[in-house]
Amino acid sequence: MDQLLMNSGFPILSVLIFLPLAGALLLIFVKSEQLCRYLALVVTSLVALLSLRLIAGFDITTAKFQFVEQHTWIKAFNINYIIGVDGISILLILLTTLIMPLCVLASWSYIKTRVQTFMACLLIMETAMIGVFVALDLVLFYILWEAMLIPMYLLIGIWGGPRKIYASIKFFLYTLAGSILLLVGIIWLYATNNYSFFIPGMMWQNYPITSQIYLFLAFFLAFAIKVPMFPFHTWLPAAHVEAPTAGSVILASILLKMGTYGFLRFALPITPEATVILMPYVLWLSIAGIIYGGFTALAQSDMKKLIAYSSVGHMGFVTLGIFVLNIRGIEGAILQMVNHGITTGALFLCVGMIYERTHSRELRSATGVGKYMPIYITFLAFFSLSSFGFPGTNSFVGEFMIIAGAFQFDTVLHKFPYLALASIPGAVLAAAYMLRMLQKIIWGGTNNPDQSWITDLNSREIVVLAPFLFFVLWIGLGPQPFIDLMHTSVTQLLQQFDAHQAHSIAAAGSLFQ
Amino acid sequence: MDYKLLLALLIPLIGTLGVMIKGDKENIREGISCVSSILLLLVVGSMVPAVWHGKTLIFHMFTILPGVSVTLRADSMSMIFALVASSLWTIAVFYSMGYMRTLKEHAQTRFNACFALAIFGAIGVAFSDNLFTMYLFYEIVSVCTYPLVAHHQDDEGYNGGRKYLVYLTATAKAFLLPAMILIYVLTGTLDFAPQITTGIFPQGVNSTLVIMLYIFCIFGFAKNGIMPFHHWLPGAMVAPTPVSALLHAVAVVKVGVFCTTRVMLYVFGTDTMHALNLGIPTAYFVGFTVIAASIIALSKDNLKARLAYSTVSQLSYIIMGVALLTEPGIQGGLIHIVNHGFSKITLFFCAGAIYVATHKKNISEMEGLGKTMPFTFGAFAIASLSMIGAPPVAGFITKWNLLVGSVQAHQMGILLILITSTMLNAAYFAPITYKAFFGKRPVGEPFVGIKEAPLAMLIPILIACLISIIIGIFPGFMMHFVKVVTG
Repeated sequence: MDQLLMNSGFPILSVLIFLPLAGALLLIFVKSEQLCRYLALVVTSLVALLSLRLIAGFDITTAKFQFVEQHTWIKAFNINYIIGVDGISILLILLTTLIMPLCVLASWSYIKTRVQTFMACLLIMETAMIGVFVALDLVLFYILWEAMLIPMYLLIGIWGGPRKIYASIKFFLYTLAGSILLLVGIIWLYATNNYSFFIPGMMWQNYPITSQIYLFLAFFLAFAIKVPMFPFHTWLPAAHVEAPTAGSVILASILLKMGTYGFLRFALPITPEATVILMPYVLWLSIAGIIYGGFTALAQSDMKKLIAYSSVGHMGFVTLGIFVLNIRGIEGAILQMVNHGITTGALFLCVGMIYERTHSRELRSATGVGKYMPIYITFLAFFSLSSFGFPGTNSFVGEFMIIAGAFQFDTVLHKFPYLALASIPGAVLAAAYMLRMLQKIIWGGTNNPDQSWITDLNSREIVVLAPFLFFVLWIGLGPQPFIDLMHTSVTQLLQQFDAHQAHSIAAAGSLFQ
Repeated sequence: MDYKLLLALLIPLIGTLGVMIKGDKENIREGISCVSSILLLLVVGSMVPAVWHGKTLIFHMFTILPGVSVTLRADSMSMIFALVASSLWTIAVFYSMGYMRTLKEHAQTRFNACFALAIFGAIGVAFSDNLFTMYLFYEIVSVCTYPLVAHHQDDEGYNGGRKYLVYLTATAKAFLLPAMILIYVLTGTLDFAPQITTGIFPQGVNSTLVIMLYIFCIFGFAKNGIMPFHHWLPGAMVAPTPVSALLHAVAVVKVGVFCTTRVMLYVFGTDTMHALNLGIPTAYFVGFTVIAASIIALSKDNLKARLAYSTVSQLSYIIMGVALLTEPGIQGGLIHIVNHGFSKITLFFCAGAIYVATHKKNISEMEGLGKTMPFTFGAFAIASLSMIGAPPVAGFITKWNLLVGSVQAHQMGILLILITSTMLNAAYFAPITYKAFFGKRPVGEPFVGIKEAPLAMLIPILIACLISIIIGIFPGFMMHFVKVVTG
């Protein structure tokens, strides 16, 4: 228990988890649709404000879990309610809490049917998502991990597009299939660790190497589907295309981060040796995802699909950063998770705003709106530039750190930077598909559809997009405060990691030759 | 911390905003452009005394990572480019006012805003203190000039624009980005060295990697027009002539060569380049571009296309000179940023004036026009002499230094390239002037209605031409900065 810093005083994390749930329960008693919207907005905004207390109280000099709360839950199985935050999870929690009110606002006029249920789903979703990031007990983690599926399933299945049933079932089955093996792994860990589900207690335990490999593969399947890594990504475009805007934003900004968070929280500390042995395969899968995502995005005529495939590429950069296993790579990866959440979330919102006007996601029907929507395209231009890593925006910093990490990894292992250079076509492709989309939306060609009837953003929509732009530029020009938050935890993770597998890095190197 | 640098960066940016806000009022909008261009020139000019005496002005803006920041600096090398860019902007603003209004072009607000934004990028490049800042503004220039290239919004415009963007962003992403990151991993910093000899690489760095990085940097700045990544430049000639003049003859391409030479001298450094034998091969490599582009220029009948290929050829002079790594070579290369700037803008301005007055684009249709447009073609003649390298016009200073530089480097091959290209320059420029003054108008095409272009265009032409002559006769002022660079 020495990894924990107990929380005395205000139980901030529990409040963050249960406040949205309470809000969802309250919604049952609200009849008016407009009141439902306001209630959801108030609750999510309150959670967002409260979560800022985390930053104020967070101690960046320690790698221990902070704001820890511990209660016995099911004594017979030694299941406890333990929650805490460290440098790896804090940014993701803040990302979640800050994006949710914007999701509510973005659904203000988009959702017209069953508003009450929709808002309840969003709030339950928030509870589950925050819970996953703070859970320090494996059962608690697993329950919340699976609990996320249900509201998401409903979001796609009820308020989705024409093929919503197909998409929602595909999403559900894929993610569920991945988590079955995760459950097996959890039970094995429970049995091996003196019947305890305490996550920090399972780390750095020197399990036998074969067990580690099986365990890693079980984790890997669950997390790789969630990320999604190539070739487990096929559920993502379907889900994104059919989901309502808020669903797409939650999916892209937060749900995808669960997988990469899982790699950092479980795969690396629990199975370090297996990580090193299997790292080369994961790295080349990441490269494949980066390039595959880029090419596929380039070929899309559906804006949502385009951004969905770009996510496959961007998340490839994140897994690349994690598995080069050095400080630049991992810090870059965590930062890139946040960046992807901000940028891709904003891009989905932008597509949603066009969809509300033209009722089509086709790039063809949105061409040439630049002349009539100057405010809209200003936002869109910034987010597109950010998406392909334009210098001065958030994604540039993340990509820079990840590729620097990959170069560093290369120079340790071999003389020539194969891995880092292999990721570069992904960056080129990102510029190509984003600029193509931007060009089409702003300018189009010589025979654009008549767009003169289209209206520019209203003030609600500007309020939704402005915070995203603020963070795009803040992280792009001054990322240091964000990196400071994670630095101690990542350093500690890598120190422990090196101590547990120093001998096997050479073995992994030989796989590259 | 020198706030003048920040001011120099903010003036074009505020100008852009002003233009956008006052877009519907033509006179106020263009008044804002004029005022900001003059203000920028004054601010840049006010930095001259300090830099003249060898001071370096620094303004730090943002720290991204340790060793990576957005920082501005004004040293003698940046002053070379900043002075050219800001003074030419002032001239070009007046010229484009005349051009756009006479032709009643559409979307003039967007045009003016992007024009100012491009200058913002160019000034940023000139004053950048490290590779990251340079990359940032380099990319800003790429993106902000797309609307100018595609200005006419017809198929030709879109195709030219697409080619432009694809070439420039793809090379920057594919070569520059990895180069920058690897330099950071190897050295821990992206800051430029304080002088041109040492570079920033520590002792004992893997030389294969350094050579690879060098090649990446040369090709990454595709705005420098080195073959085979030069196609965007002729493609961009679909833009309105003021754009071709200021951007595709001066600002954008000079951003390219400025970045290339800045990186060659201040990141790699002459010592490293000598040690790894990078200089002379580069000189020969760009020598190919010098000759090949001149030959292509000979074959072009469209005046702007011929000027475009002439630009491709002349840009490589700059890199060739620096790559010689001898003192006169570097000086000749860098001073050509100035000389080519003023002379080439004159030529493009003339091409625009001819188009506005006669709606003619092809050289073969310009026979005899010199009699009705004596000032335009007179300026054209003088500027083309500068391109050829004849005294007393500016280009002579370049040619002289380059020739001395190649002799000092004992490179007779380079000498030969220079002489051949001078003859080619003469071969594609002299006939234009000759035919204009001594050719006969084709039968059935009288001079009715043809007269000189409006004064708003003619005066900038004459000023640019006059400056070409002045810096040819009194090169001392600009040469001082160049000499400080070489120590």
